[in-house]
Amino acid sequence: MSFISAQNLSLGYDRTVVVENLNFVVEKGNYLCIVGENGSGKTTLMRTMLGLQSPIDGQILFGDGLKKNEIGYLPQQTVVQRDFPASVYEIVLSGCQSHMGLRPFYTEKEKALARKNMERMDIADLKNRCYRELSGGQQQRVLLARALCATTKVLLLDEPVSGLDPKVTYEMYELIKELNDSDVTIIMVSHDITAAVKYASHILHVGKTLYFGTKDEYISSNVGKFFMNMEGGEPA
Amino acid sequence: MIEKLIEYFQYPFVVYAFIVGTLIALSSSLLGVTLVLKRYSFIGDGLSHVAFGAMAIASVLKIANQTAVILPITVVCAVFLLRSGNNAKIKGDAAIAMISVGALAFGYLIINKFSTSANLSGDVCSTLFGSMSILTLTMSEVMVCVVLSVIVVALFLFMYNKIFAVTFDEDFAKATGVKADTYNFIIAVMIAVIIVLSMNLVGSLLISALVIFPALSAMSILKNFRSVTIFSAVSSVVCAISGMLISLLAGTPVGSTIVAVDVFVFAVAYFIGKATGGKA
Repeated sequence: MSFISAQNLSLGYDRTVVVENLNFVVEKGNYLCIVGENGSGKTTLMRTMLGLQSPIDGQILFGDGLKKNEIGYLPQQTVVQRDFPASVYEIVLSGCQSHMGLRPFYTEKEKALARKNMERMDIADLKNRCYRELSGGQQQRVLLARALCATTKVLLLDEPVSGLDPKVTYEMYELIKELNDSDVTIIMVSHDITAAVKYASHILHVGKTLYFGTKDEYISSNVGKFFMNMEGGEPA
Repeated sequence: MIEKLIEYFQYPFVVYAFIVGTLIALSSSLLGVTLVLKRYSFIGDGLSHVAFGAMAIASVLKIANQTAVILPITVVCAVFLLRSGNNAKIKGDAAIAMISVGALAFGYLIINKFSTSANLSGDVCSTLFGSMSILTLTMSEVMVCVVLSVIVVALFLFMYNKIFAVTFDEDFAKATGVKADTYNFIIAVMIAVIIVLSMNLVGSLLISALVIFPALSAMSILKNFRSVTIFSAVSSVVCAISGMLISLLAGTPVGSTIVAVDVFVFAVAYFIGKATGGKA
């Protein structure tokens, strides 16, 4: 059985259906890019996969040893975080909450895991810095390190490069690729089709036309060709 | 001046007032950061008006232990208000405005119509601004205050890491299996308890100040959650104690003196933060 499989999924909010009849599978080690126009339901799909809202119809199944709450999440910046007084270490450590249950305090093992993930994301020297004073790219690394404390099975990334400059964007994509190479399954929501085609193993296109397949299938498909031509000239 | 203070502290009710005041200041400051950052500051304000309405009912019904009436009503409203934050039908802030002014109006209506007290406006004023009620606490009220604030502080310490996770990023917490709704519920109940407690110290109109100012002072100079929490607890207690001392010596009303000291500390912290470039 696959890590995640969606069957006849209908998504939306307040009984307004945004996407219908969605079918796709994510296998262990995949790099899935979810692309589509703004308002096509990418974020809704993401929230549904995370269990933050329920599908209108159909279902999402988790298998192959993946439990529902073993999906790490890189959210888009929220208003609250913009003036939150928190150190990098405090935020990364909070990712460990996912396996703490009711236990109130962190163990040495969890603190070590937080330190390890900060090193992995190359932010160990920022440990005591204040989150709100970091650059956009550094903040993303902090949130990635936190997600890795929660799980190393699947990471869901919501527009991970929005607002980053080209150099940092490139570094971010390479970082995500490294994670994927070390066996972390990646699901990324993006409207950067160029990067999607470059890095992903599979593409899910949501919108008026639905498409799911490997990257190569997508490039040669009609919807893929159309979308790439349309977005091609526009750097994300 | 010192002799005068020593003389005051001979009276047990002055000692009670200081114990209770310190504990209330401590517990009210703890959740301040969470309230400010989750944009819940106005919930504190709304709840204090609810507590006023409940107190009016309790005093008219001549119920001896008023806390037993005020606490459950405030808790129910706190849970309702936090829930309505996610409700699209009635926006959270509109719901709060409705409940808070509604409760205020009904509270005053009830007191005015049914109270048998000779000094009506004095009663209302002391409920709203706390005046001297902290000095007139009975032994059982003192015990209730002590027990509740110890519970709030203990609960906060045990939930500290979870409160951080839920405040910083509720969606992430939920997605990775943290029972965020449960913790939000507990936070709501704690807020309600804090409001009811603080009513004794500063009166219902000034409660928000007790919750918000220490957190804002801390946030303008410090940069991580732990130090912000510790600083706001310490500054809240220091402000409360100095406020009470000043009010004893100068004969000013307790509640507003404490809040005035809180405002002063905030102003100092704000300028220090500006000067050191702590916060842009």
